[in-house]
Amino acid sequence: MDYFGDPAVWLPWTFASLMGLSILIYVVLDGFDLGVGLLMPLADDQEKDKLVSSIGPFWDANETWLVLAIGLLLVAFPPAHGVILTALYLPVFVMLLGLILRGVSFELRAKAPIAQKRIWNGAFFTGSLMASLSQGFMLGMYIMGLTWTLPHVAFAALTALFLTVGYSFIGAAWLIWKTSDKLQKRAITWAKGGIWGLFLGIGAVSFATPFVSERIFDRWFNYPEILYLSPLPIISGALVVFLWWSLSRLPLKNDRFSWTPFAAAVGLFTLAYCGMAYSFYPYVVPEQMTIYEAASAPESLFIILLGTLFVLPAILGYTALSYYIFRGKATELRYD
Amino acid sequence: MHFVARACAGKFATYITANKITIPNDTELTVDTLLLSRIQFGANISFHILFPTITIALGWVLLFFKLRFSATGDSKWMDAYMFWVKVFALSFAMGVVSGITMSFQFGTNWPGFMETVGNVAGPLLAYEVLTAFFLEAVFLGIMLFGASKVKPWVHTLATFLVAFGTTMSTFWIIILNSWMHTPQGYELRDGVVFATDWFDIIFNPSMPYRFVHMLLASALTVAFLIAGISALRMLWGDKSESVRSALRVGIIAGAGLIPLQILAGDLHGLNTLEHQPAKVAAMEGNWETRSNVPLVLFTIPDQETRSNKFELSIPNGASLILTHKSDGVVPGLNDFVTADGEVQHPRVAPVFFSFRIMIGTGMAMLGLSWGGLVLLRKYGAGAMPKLSLYAFCAMSFSGWIATLAGWYTTEIGRQPWLVQGVLATKDAVSDVPAGMVLSTLIGYLIIYGILIAAYIFVITYLARKATRGEPYSTRDYPRSGEAEVYALQAGE
Repeated sequence: MDYFGDPAVWLPWTFASLMGLSILIYVVLDGFDLGVGLLMPLADDQEKDKLVSSIGPFWDANETWLVLAIGLLLVAFPPAHGVILTALYLPVFVMLLGLILRGVSFELRAKAPIAQKRIWNGAFFTGSLMASLSQGFMLGMYIMGLTWTLPHVAFAALTALFLTVGYSFIGAAWLIWKTSDKLQKRAITWAKGGIWGLFLGIGAVSFATPFVSERIFDRWFNYPEILYLSPLPIISGALVVFLWWSLSRLPLKNDRFSWTPFAAAVGLFTLAYCGMAYSFYPYVVPEQMTIYEAASAPESLFIILLGTLFVLPAILGYTALSYYIFRGKATELRYD
Repeated sequence: MHFVARACAGKFATYITANKITIPNDTELTVDTLLLSRIQFGANISFHILFPTITIALGWVLLFFKLRFSATGDSKWMDAYMFWVKVFALSFAMGVVSGITMSFQFGTNWPGFMETVGNVAGPLLAYEVLTAFFLEAVFLGIMLFGASKVKPWVHTLATFLVAFGTTMSTFWIIILNSWMHTPQGYELRDGVVFATDWFDIIFNPSMPYRFVHMLLASALTVAFLIAGISALRMLWGDKSESVRSALRVGIIAGAGLIPLQILAGDLHGLNTLEHQPAKVAAMEGNWETRSNVPLVLFTIPDQETRSNKFELSIPNGASLILTHKSDGVVPGLNDFVTADGEVQHPRVAPVFFSFRIMIGTGMAMLGLSWGGLVLLRKYGAGAMPKLSLYAFCAMSFSGWIATLAGWYTTEIGRQPWLVQGVLATKDAVSDVPAGMVLSTLIGYLIIYGILIAAYIFVITYLARKATRGEPYSTRDYPRSGEAEVYALQAGE
């Protein structure tokens, strides 16, 4: 294991990358299915079933990426796991309650008597809202260094709002891809209504991040670093312009390009995320603990890495298979 | 005899000193945060385990129904599959969301756990996520909603992979749990555990017993759930082939598995006697290490006076069960108190009573399933006496009771340790204010209460709906070899 240099350096780096990748995949995948949950109150009863069936086969696996991400934090950076999660005790609790409510409503809305369906639809929306808001709140608190002061909480409240709108946007973009006719047209309207949240959210985070610490400020605005970073805002800006343009033209004949808003939204989330990762590296707890300080013993990390190298491609493979099997427009969820 | 007893007492005393890691007498934390965090984790894990206990075995039962249908073409098996797959889907969702809660609570409430034993626990948890969680979650989507989109054999394969995934998940988490009871294959450096031998860690002494015990617990839980719900549907007037077959499967599986479980439990107990004598002493309510220890059927163990009140017991019983000799020596709780009066054994009453609840439930399961077997032979599944059907209904969730009681016995029985001899529970808890833990605890309890009620209500509602004969499906079920016809119908 010394072939690649000091394992106490490259192993933490590798695990930070894997964890980062899991969080990104989680944010995109559960982002769209939380977003679809957020759009529930806007849909009529029949459309609600369509909304749920568009994410039915996927939500479970999507949430597993959260378990993997938090698992990697737990196993690769145990002290950081403790510091971050105790600092975020209450928002984590709200998120968990939200995820619980949402997950069970998924099943219960379809299996309970019709009269109770409204209650579980409501719980599905409420759970999605709780999870989205608290994730956005945690994002804000994390950027601000996990200290509970009034300005930090205020900033976190803003990111909570923006991420929630951002999720509803990517949810709407998913629906544009996976639905047709009237519902698709409505999803286009919803997406137009949500794009500002994504824009403001990315803007607010980008604006605030360099002022959190001098280190990040230098990394952003010093020459030549500013050159490395410049593609991010430029491509992001282009994607927003493209989204605005394409949303005003969709749907096209034969449903051409209905996948583009979703793809563009994924691109935006990814770019914003890369920007954050670039800013905070090498810290896992902002300005307090680096990935190298927090890492587990190299022997244990190596054991995990070994398995990951074999299993992760398989996971990605059969996840892709599942999306392939359920490709095309969403159909009614049936067990037979 | 006295000599033997004294030698044994000495051995157990050495056990304490040999494994004693300093437990600070006073931590800055109030007991409240510790106690509340323990109750909260206990509540969460109790709620969580209910659902995997069902899905672990139900996955295999579904595969069985599916294979029977493929082999015979008899639609009763597909009817059974279609009913129980709904229960599976619901249980699985409940298990997933309550499981996510667990992974976060390690950090929010027990940071000391991963900081101390993370080098062992980490890889085990990681392998559980990588080899089990994704497998189950992805193929669950195909298993539930993919029947009309893939070939029948792919659907059967998906069903198999989901069942396999739940079992893999059990395997990894049981390794970690067993290692917390019987740790080995590690060394301590500056108070942190480092793995030295993964084979020793994975095959730690209590792992095989606990793994088999848990798999059988799941199988029995499902057997009694299937028997109970099928009996309920019969009482409501549903005499269909599918319900009769399900009742038969439930009773036969229950009757066949319960003796195996009793055997596995006994072996597990002997293993515990060897590695965690304090737990066995608490289970037996035995205070002094001595020979000819009676089997205490009922008592109120009093930890203040360190004695039993109102004891009702069978002479030499405990010695016989634990050592297979009537004058065998059984460890006593008083050996696990240090010279300066520090108690290093669990609180006796909860361990003592939950153990008896588990055993009692197991005996009731034995009686009912064997009685049911006799009735099944005599009358057939379609004409079982009403009283026996009521009995099976009443025992529908008996597996839950036994499983929870068993887990309470073993987990409370490990206290005051979180990892036996390595990490004390009180050293792992986070310093979150008690008020905060209390408020989240109340939140969890409320939502868990509502969800348990909703879960049981919906399962009985599904049974009611099935009894009324509302069709699961409007078209015929496909079978291997009929993929073409099937694909045409799927295009609708």
